[in-house]
Amino acid sequence: MDLERPLPTPITPECRPYWEGARDGKLMIPKCRACGKPFMYPRVACPFCASRDVGWVQATGRGKLFSFEIAHQILNKAFKVKTPVVLAMVELEEGPRILTNLVGVAPDPKQIRCDMPVEVCFEKLTDQVSLPMFRPVGGGAR
Amino acid sequence: MSDLAKMRELSSSVCIVGVDESDELGTLPGKSQLSLHVEAITNAVRDAGLKVSDVDGIFTAGQHSPATIGEAIGVVPRYVDGTTVGGCSFIIMVGHAVLALHHGLCDVAVVSHGESGRSGVGVSPRRDTALPGQFEFPYGFGGAPTYFGLITTRHMHEHGTTLEQWAQVAVSTRKWAALNPKARNRDPLTVRDVLDSRPVVWPFNILNICLVTDAGGAVVLTRADRAKDCAKRPVYVRGAGEGSEHVMLTQMRDLTFSEATRRSGEKAFAMAGVKGTDFDHIMLYDAFTSGPPLMLEALGLAKRGEGVHFFAEGRSTPGGKLPINTNGGGLSYTHSGMYGIFPIIEATRQLRHECGARQVPNTKLSLVNGMGGMLSAAGTLVLSNER
Repeated sequence: MDLERPLPTPITPECRPYWEGARDGKLMIPKCRACGKPFMYPRVACPFCASRDVGWVQATGRGKLFSFEIAHQILNKAFKVKTPVVLAMVELEEGPRILTNLVGVAPDPKQIRCDMPVEVCFEKLTDQVSLPMFRPVGGGAR
Repeated sequence: MSDLAKMRELSSSVCIVGVDESDELGTLPGKSQLSLHVEAITNAVRDAGLKVSDVDGIFTAGQHSPATIGEAIGVVPRYVDGTTVGGCSFIIMVGHAVLALHHGLCDVAVVSHGESGRSGVGVSPRRDTALPGQFEFPYGFGGAPTYFGLITTRHMHEHGTTLEQWAQVAVSTRKWAALNPKARNRDPLTVRDVLDSRPVVWPFNILNICLVTDAGGAVVLTRADRAKDCAKRPVYVRGAGEGSEHVMLTQMRDLTFSEATRRSGEKAFAMAGVKGTDFDHIMLYDAFTSGPPLMLEALGLAKRGEGVHFFAEGRSTPGGKLPINTNGGGLSYTHSGMYGIFPIIEATRQLRHECGARQVPNTKLSLVNGMGGMLSAAGTLVLSNER
């Protein structure tokens, strides 16, 4: 199959629940059972208190566009999505930040602003892998 | 003895006595990166009036270990350091070399860089991509501009900085490059040229982004008592500091303020007993036009959001009150990938007053600051031609 994007590789054991969640249309994030703080990226100890008691919760999928940029060229040859593409950092309602693409909006810095509310959507790459992306809340069909 | 007293004891105990680049800089398909190391080391050792066989401490970062460098120059070192935390590693290693020399673990230290960043000759990349491979590459991230752009956009949002202000950094730096015969790009540049150049990753056009070259550089250090016998005027390492905060950009606590930079500066200034306002020459790691202003902010020389003001005509520019990036920087002189050795070389030459057309008159105290990764790690040096 000819993919438009590189698949997440390698999916490491610590991150498997994140990718299994995404496959099922859920944004799953690790949460420390000791201090109660959610975090990303997944790891075996909490980055806030170093507790090894880490579980998973489903995030609401809502957040804000913390920052963005508009890529006119992509160095990675495995990435074949037509540019310009909006590369983004989203701050989830729960606190953690993740890198993603902003979709459902024109790739124009005048149409996009930091802190605008966004919500998750999923792009299916294969039967096993879907990629969490974000779109402006209440706007834009994917 | 307090921590500060211990640091102060190291201040000016060690000198930079030799600096140089590889024989050539630029596009060098005929040279492997190991050769760039070896050229730079032999040149810098000659600059110091020493012999390669005098070297007994080897410090390097990147793809080659200090063991490889020692072998290549025929030295069996007493001390090695391969701390690799990005392009600032060489700046940090000057601090490490001060420690090793001060405590007698070696007598002549060389900090060496060689990178075939443009031609990729003799390069064997080996990177840990487990996390970016999952959380960044599927979205098109990869390559420094796709990360630093996010920092830059957020800074514009929080502080109202503009594309014109970032462009001014490139313009100021090019004015210095015009005076440096070794600089790659020396033609005059305007803010309009930067704004009209090819878009890469908004807010960056190609002229907001550093060069990609093949280059080597090396710095030779020895204890101050021995430095007197070297060929050139010694440059004292009055202060050195390092910091490391994050690697993944999502883990940076404040996206527009580098904690690593702040910490590195605080330590270096304390060790040297100087304030941010004391410097008469500044070298900052300019992989992107927005980098140097953010470094000035994190170092406390500028208020947050106001670092760009340093790059106005008459301030950072030739003849200005506070010259910055007088070699022409990564933006216009050379940028092999891990640029950090080159600001040290330029600061040393300025403090020796050997820079010809671009010499900053009577400069006595130079600040060198560089980042590793995306403001992830940082090194700061306070260098002076006086003890």
